[in-house]
Amino acid sequence: MDTTAPDRTGTLPSVHDPRNEPMPLDMAWVRSARANTSAIERRAATLPGRRSIKKDWQAAWLARAISCIDLTTLAGDDTPGRVARLCAKARRPVAPELLDALGLPDLTVGAVCVYHDMIGPAVDALQGTGIPVAAVSTGFPAGLSPWHLRLAEIGESVAAGAREIDIVISRRHVLTGDWQALYDETRAMREACGPAHMKAILATGELGTLRNVARASYVAMMAGADFIKTSTGKESVNATLPVSLVMIRAIREFHERTGIRVGYKPAGGISKAKDALMYLALIKEELGDRWLRPDLFRFGASSLLGDIERQLEHHVTGAYSASWRHALA
Amino acid sequence: MTVKEIFETMEYGPAPESAAEALAWLVDMGDSFGCFIDGAFTDPGETFETKNPATGAVLAHVTHASQDDVDRAVAAARAAQPAWAADPHARARALYAIARAIQKHSRLFAVLETLDNGKPIRESRDIDIPLVARHFYHHAGHATLMESALPGRMALGVCGQIVPWNFSLLMLAWKIAPALAAGNTVVLKPAEYTSLTALLFADICRRTGLPPGVVNIVTGDGAVGEMITGSDVDKIAFTGSTAVGRRIREATAGTGKSLTLELGGKSPYIVFDDADLDSAVEGLVDAIWFNQGQVCCAGSRLLVQETVADRFHDKLRARMDKLRIGDPLDKSIDVGAIVDPVQLDTITRLVDASTEGEIYRAAVPLPETGCFYPPTLITGLSPAAPLMREEIFGPVLVSTTFRTPAEAVQLANDTRYGLAATLWSENINLALDVAPKLAAGVVWVNGTNMFDAAAPFGGVRESGFGREGGVEGMMAYTRPVDSPDRLTRIEALSGDGATTTPLDRTAKLYVGGKQARPDGGYSAPVFGPSGTVVGEVPKANRKDIRNAVEAMNAAAGWAKSTGHARAQILYYLAENLSARATEFAARLEEMTGADGSTEVDHAIRRLFTWAAWADRFDGTAKGVPLRGLALALREPVGKIVAFAPDATPLLGAVSLIGPAMAMGNRITLVASEPFPLAATDLYQVLETSDVPPGVVNILTGAHEELAPVAAAHLDVDAVWSFSGAPLSAEIERRAAGNLKRTWVNHGRMIDLADDRAFLEAATEVKTVWVPYGE
Repeated sequence: MDTTAPDRTGTLPSVHDPRNEPMPLDMAWVRSARANTSAIERRAATLPGRRSIKKDWQAAWLARAISCIDLTTLAGDDTPGRVARLCAKARRPVAPELLDALGLPDLTVGAVCVYHDMIGPAVDALQGTGIPVAAVSTGFPAGLSPWHLRLAEIGESVAAGAREIDIVISRRHVLTGDWQALYDETRAMREACGPAHMKAILATGELGTLRNVARASYVAMMAGADFIKTSTGKESVNATLPVSLVMIRAIREFHERTGIRVGYKPAGGISKAKDALMYLALIKEELGDRWLRPDLFRFGASSLLGDIERQLEHHVTGAYSASWRHALA
Repeated sequence: MTVKEIFETMEYGPAPESAAEALAWLVDMGDSFGCFIDGAFTDPGETFETKNPATGAVLAHVTHASQDDVDRAVAAARAAQPAWAADPHARARALYAIARAIQKHSRLFAVLETLDNGKPIRESRDIDIPLVARHFYHHAGHATLMESALPGRMALGVCGQIVPWNFSLLMLAWKIAPALAAGNTVVLKPAEYTSLTALLFADICRRTGLPPGVVNIVTGDGAVGEMITGSDVDKIAFTGSTAVGRRIREATAGTGKSLTLELGGKSPYIVFDDADLDSAVEGLVDAIWFNQGQVCCAGSRLLVQETVADRFHDKLRARMDKLRIGDPLDKSIDVGAIVDPVQLDTITRLVDASTEGEIYRAAVPLPETGCFYPPTLITGLSPAAPLMREEIFGPVLVSTTFRTPAEAVQLANDTRYGLAATLWSENINLALDVAPKLAAGVVWVNGTNMFDAAAPFGGVRESGFGREGGVEGMMAYTRPVDSPDRLTRIEALSGDGATTTPLDRTAKLYVGGKQARPDGGYSAPVFGPSGTVVGEVPKANRKDIRNAVEAMNAAAGWAKSTGHARAQILYYLAENLSARATEFAARLEEMTGADGSTEVDHAIRRLFTWAAWADRFDGTAKGVPLRGLALALREPVGKIVAFAPDATPLLGAVSLIGPAMAMGNRITLVASEPFPLAATDLYQVLETSDVPPGVVNILTGAHEELAPVAAAHLDVDAVWSFSGAPLSAEIERRAAGNLKRTWVNHGRMIDLADDRAFLEAATEVKTVWVPYGE
């Protein structure tokens, strides 16, 4: 067993690795970022043809995917009851007989991700599980509410029990090239998070170019982000393999230069088990096995789990499954 | 391993593609194959084993074709050809049917290719077979449009085609599709290591109702290839090693057989410091670890800018450690088996003999049995190291560094080969500046190994000649409809009369913009029809050829001049010739006895024609399935030595000089042997028309003495012969030295007014791929 990685799900992120402490903004590094779109798309397009994960390996990888899910509800009509249901699913993501068959009876998701007002109900519902509650923050999803309120929102969410804070960056700083402002803002948010881990949402679908994605990734990491995350799920384009490739290559470069491992969270639009396998393969290929753990990798997803459940039942029974055979979130 | 354990290790598991259907097909065919001749399989003759290189298992027995098999195949092709050429629509339907059949049986083809060749199933499934189908679809279109797209051209007849083992079916498609589209019939030999997909293709031809004799497949080793080369075919198309290509050039010399050669390479892969380094690393996976590096256009020579070299090599080594080597039928394998133990031994021997540099082998497990070689990177080699110069044809990348773009170009071009080149830079100025400077038939910008049926592919220098793909590729399978008349040699006039010229006028050689005395110091008289001496011309020797080539080298800037500038100079030439028309007409009459004024007028018209073409023979952007450009550029061939026709000495000279100049070449013209004075008079016109020194050089002398020297000269790019002297065989044979382009008359007239033929001969196609997107 890999002793450098947490041996079960539900543990706090980065318990074994040092956290990413902010470093000074290095503009030469930021400006050196390159991203050749055609080549990146080609790599992303050919990956599914290069890696095929079948049978027991597929089941194990899908279980791993579950362990890395931030099970999410971010809707205006969320209620404590709805969140309680989601948390119940987080604790028992798959039917127990299937988990027993796989030899993974204790499998849980990586975290539950909600809006601020739902932190309380979520913390209550996850009592004793070790599953952390993550809260989206800083005027999610647009990040355009008053600065002091955005910072205050982080503090209140941490106080309410959120152990992970998913902040949104100001896209305008990227689009206007004000990297210093982006750095200052992100660093202040990182400080406001205190002990909670910060995931910096870049909203890549709104950054215009892959080069901007790379630059924003570097700035966020320099400012101390524990994770960088693609999307709020509310942009018209969310996580894609090409965007992921750019971000994880930035993470790799950051690790090569600083020794610090920053986590990665693709979010939005990942709803099929097969997609999840490709993301895991991409991480394995480009970053390495160490990142295939919930302390360094999360899926931001709501419907992905349902598809994985069906695939796992198929694996165990040999018969194709139906969605209504699996418990709702 | 349990699910719980895999959950912790997150390893890849096996993902085998089933070989059952392909093995069943082999059983159905009796595990033993004859040749495919005239629409049917012959009974197996003397056979050899074909093996799976990943396991050593015998897959089937394949016939070693006899001379009789080859003769019958050629005869069947010959008999089928007229009817096949007669109906373009029928050809289009047949090619379309083949394309569909390949798609319908795509997995069978892919698995069979992987079994026989050892390449990963991913590649045969996702790259080879789709490109094969694409090639037949695209060429169904060429069959349909041939009359309108290639007016005045027709099929060559029967084509002998010899393909290699690295892309057995794909190279078959590249050869057969254009040949058939143009109305040729074919006799094709697959490589002896990998005959099976060609035989499945034959089975498909039979099942799709292709007329018997249109496609014939004969199997066997190089001896069978030699039989085809020596048989009664109209063309040989060969893809394979430079050494064998050279032998084929020699064997076909003087036979009049059309020839295209796609040979070896040591293609540079240039990484500038402003490149997306991660993407450039990934590109190398597609460049040198694609098909185990057994790719003629593999980016096998890495040139990295010094400023980023260490970082780049670190990234590359880390990427190499992620490659998965093993069972080619496993869907998660990146690098499969080397095709045969013989090839594995060659690679091993070449690498082990290296005494320089630092060798890094991917830190990955290799299968314990089968033909496998680890992905290898050798850094710190000097340009002189054998591994930097010789084609390894295996998963071995060699690397060196450069300081500036100019040095990158210099290193890239420091090779006898010229097949492909790759460059990586995020700076469009740099990329588009460097691409045209690379001596290669294909240049990939920010990508590598991109292929398509619509884009010409082929090499320069010792990587061969001729293009495959696009309308350019169709040219290589067609000839002009009019069959040329026999050419009668014109003997120089003789006599014993004294000179009639009141004041001696000394014709000299014209080399490097200067009138030059011949190295040998000999001159010969030129007699007019009445037997009097009309002048004397120098007798050039081999050293004068050498000097002329050096003068052409010094005029390299001409290739970079604009079409507009070249047109202006050609117009100026015409103007100055026109001003002296009477004098030239008189000289022609003096030498030949015929009125020269019409010839002078025609010569001026030719100069106008070539001035017109100078800025008009454009490259084309090809319709490839890619977000990007695939530009088929027309570049000058380079340095041409041309032997002028005997007759029409002025028109002949101008008709050769004009297109050469117009397309940016430098030319050394050897004047009409019987009537040399028109060409020597011409240098005075050249001198007054702003033609830069060395662009046009004029020699006089014995064609049969000078042609072998020019054809053997390793720094000459093309030799043309329009001469009445029987030079063709000698030129073609000696051209094998550096595989220079030849255009010779085989004792027949070449139409001096066939613009298209001159344009093709005076240019080389370079396909530049530029994928874009931000």
